[in-house]
Amino acid sequence: MTPARRAGVALALLGAALVTLPAFAGSYLLSVATLILFFAYAGQAWNVMMGFAGQLSLGHSLYVGLGAYAAAGLYFHYGIGPWAGVWLALALCVAAGLVIGFLAFRFGISGVYFALLTIAFAEFTRIGFDHIQWLGGPGGLFIKVEQRVAWDLPNLRGTPAMFYYVILGLNAAALALCAWLLRSRAGYYWQAIREDEEAARALGIDTFRWKMLAIGVSSAMTALAGVFFAFYYNNLFPEQIFHISRSIEIILGPIIGGLGTLFGPILGAAVLTILADGITELMAWLGIEVPGIKQVFYGLCLLVVVIFRPHGIWPAIARRLGL
Amino acid sequence: MSFLQVQGLSKSFRGLRAVQDVSFEVAQGAIAAMIGPNGAGKTTCFNLIAGVFAPDSGEVILGGERLTGLRPDRICRAGVGRTFQVVRPFPQMTVLDNVVVGALNACARVGDARLEAERVLALLHLEGKAATLAASLTLPERKRLEVARAMATRPRLLLLDEVMAGLRPTEVDEMVGTFRRINRETGLTILLIEHVMRAVMALAAHVVVLHHGEKICEGAPAEVVRDPAVLECYLGEEAL
Repeated sequence: MTPARRAGVALALLGAALVTLPAFAGSYLLSVATLILFFAYAGQAWNVMMGFAGQLSLGHSLYVGLGAYAAAGLYFHYGIGPWAGVWLALALCVAAGLVIGFLAFRFGISGVYFALLTIAFAEFTRIGFDHIQWLGGPGGLFIKVEQRVAWDLPNLRGTPAMFYYVILGLNAAALALCAWLLRSRAGYYWQAIREDEEAARALGIDTFRWKMLAIGVSSAMTALAGVFFAFYYNNLFPEQIFHISRSIEIILGPIIGGLGTLFGPILGAAVLTILADGITELMAWLGIEVPGIKQVFYGLCLLVVVIFRPHGIWPAIARRLGL
Repeated sequence: MSFLQVQGLSKSFRGLRAVQDVSFEVAQGAIAAMIGPNGAGKTTCFNLIAGVFAPDSGEVILGGERLTGLRPDRICRAGVGRTFQVVRPFPQMTVLDNVVVGALNACARVGDARLEAERVLALLHLEGKAATLAASLTLPERKRLEVARAMATRPRLLLLDEVMAGLRPTEVDEMVGTFRRINRETGLTILLIEHVMRAVMALAAHVVVLHHGEKICEGAPAEVVRDPAVLECYLGEEAL
């Protein structure tokens, strides 16, 4: 079998396993799987900017938060479901992304300075949302929790299995989109910009335009993660959703899994979520309470991967599997 | 009117006059060379033509089209391909993908760009390396990759910045042969910066000599290497 063929078969098997999972998984397992897929999807979105185009965003919580509040606000105040709210979320997030991109890329802000700019935007949006009483302010915005047996997809109300399938679908779509992007002109240009921007320019690439496309695509994808988040958890606090620790959680998966790869974000999210949850469970079982143990664990994971597998764990596994 | 016209080009960096009032012309389909000691302003001249810096004064005109002050990507699309003296491959991309990025400048579809990239790689004897990462190439191979990438943009004018440096004499002869063939077959105009006089003498019909940012001499290679000023500042007496 050719590597492409093998990869296709492996992907089909994984897809089949994930599709049938709710049939035999309990509610705990399903919630862990949903969490993994949420981070896999958000990581995939972030990976478009950093992994493909080399633009380090440390403020992706901005797009999760904006997307979540946009859809949740419409639903809370007007009863308009996320089928409509998603478009508002997309518009707001892409607009925010393009403003940040324009400010940075037009005025030559790059590298760590760009990263700082993305943090700044996420932070002042967080503080700003504390003062928007219409959206609950610091006290939070709560969507009415309804236990439904039937699936109401346009309004994102239904069983945990429905949420699982929604985020699974988003992952499948994101994977297909990213695979297509990588093989398109955008993918080649993004990688060239990531590797050496001046050389890219000398080859006729309008780097400003293509970096704007990267941040546009990435923020749009992340907006959908926000909408999902709002209706899955039903509560939003500026202090949590816009917080920089959320941005860090999003980027750990792709970094540990493998930057710029298609499966790195998925693998990284799975490894991190499973291990972190395992540690929390273990600690609870042992009766030890260590605040912030998850964060310490994330730090250790990052340390180990950066030292031993600087390109992430997926490239090494892909080589081993002959993919 | 010549194909490439460089008129009164000047550029200073914090008071250091890197290029001063340099003018020269290159005819369509010709191969010209720019020589001179280190620090003479040759690469700065290239960067001014390729749009990395805007000149303080002067004009760059290609085929009647004014290129002065345009961005590097616009200048590339106007038909100027360039290599970098210190090579700048895309290290984590394969050799083929490196060249595809260049070929996309001339091809509307990625499939066509891949075919074009494969053709250019073969031209520079890199087809065996197509699937390897550019990071793992040797320096001479990287130099050839640099040329392949620039050629793949289908330029009308190719700027080569010391692509022969570090090559063995037989490799230099091979590279010279490649450029001659490309020049003859496609009529591509080439301007090269080169210290390897063996290559300059074999390729160039016209040589421009820079020293301290100024043009001190130009002409046919055989005349230039006998010019006393050139001998004094650059080639040394033994070149005779």
